[in-house]
Amino acid sequence: MELFKNFKDFKMDVLKEVGNIGAGNAATALSQLLGKPIDMAVPKVQLLNFEEITEKVGGAEELVYAVFLRVEGDAPGNLFFILTPEAAVNLLSRVAGIELSGGEELSEMELSALNEIGNILAGSYLSSLADFTSLTMYPTVPALAMDMAGAILGYGLLQFGQMGDDALLIDTTFLEGQNEIEGQFFLIPDPESFPKIFKSLGVPFDND
Amino acid sequence: MIDEQTIIKVGMADLNVGSQGLIRTTGLGSCVGLTLYDPGKKLAGMAHVMLPSSEIAREGQLNIAKFADTAVPELLNRLLALGAVRSRIVAKMAGGSQMFAFAGGSDTMRIGPRNVESCKLALEALNIPLIAEDTGGNYGRTIEIACSTGVLYIRSVQKGAKEL
Repeated sequence: MELFKNFKDFKMDVLKEVGNIGAGNAATALSQLLGKPIDMAVPKVQLLNFEEITEKVGGAEELVYAVFLRVEGDAPGNLFFILTPEAAVNLLSRVAGIELSGGEELSEMELSALNEIGNILAGSYLSSLADFTSLTMYPTVPALAMDMAGAILGYGLLQFGQMGDDALLIDTTFLEGQNEIEGQFFLIPDPESFPKIFKSLGVPFDND
Repeated sequence: MIDEQTIIKVGMADLNVGSQGLIRTTGLGSCVGLTLYDPGKKLAGMAHVMLPSSEIAREGQLNIAKFADTAVPELLNRLLALGAVRSRIVAKMAGGSQMFAFAGGSDTMRIGPRNVESCKLALEALNIPLIAEDTGGNYGRTIEIACSTGVLYIRSVQKGAKEL
């Protein structure tokens, strides 16, 4: 892809740091919600093609819960908070202290709580990014979906679809205790956002 | 029937044709899975269309499988190259859902319905009859077409399985 072929390791490192700061804040917010420490894996920044991105969450057919927010402002993009069904149940029973109805599917109330947790996390992720880069970034009202990972993430890749077959992914994983809550943040900035992000961080964006 | 069926995979923004086994694409959301089938020669083809029109493409090298207006003619050509008879070819499609509902959504938000519309226009332009479809909704689908019968199998998390 034209846009990324000249990305040097240095620029990948900058993006990794951007992801790190956002996720660090979100981990703190989650930790406060849960009242227990939350670990965070060092974020991965990767240039992946569409197939590889869905592989990251276990394959295109894998069932996931996803909170999706469209990021608007100076550096638009798509933000996903993705949980496996088990992680979603764990998160709800801990955070909201909800006695789960126990059915195969989550109830309306439980879904709404999950959406709100995603909203809080994504909000803290974004606001730290915005502080760090001095760019305005604000989330749209979150939308929650439970479906095949491919169908959900495919949606986040539309802006990239116009430009090529790859997307840049900033991917962070949260861990609580023994892997009990494993959630992933996917930040997929729109292609035109990269020059702005680099510029705001003082990194020259001149195709070298 | 052969037990060990060949499965030909079609990725996102990809297309393929085959003469035996199944052709499958997984995780269709707003994307459309479009199939063409020649019941006489038992040849099938499938495209995983991601965007409605190649006019909005900003890439240097166009991936023709990605756009409805370019993928449909290409898929037809690939089938004809295998020996399919043009007048017998029929189309089916699935997908084109709206995964997330937003109030006051922009055009991007209704990409699913636009993909469906564009696929229909592309089929009309080529005079290929659309004999079945399962489009719209707000859920993801995985689809498979059987090369021996032309039956399109659709699986979804929320709505179970169906056949077209």
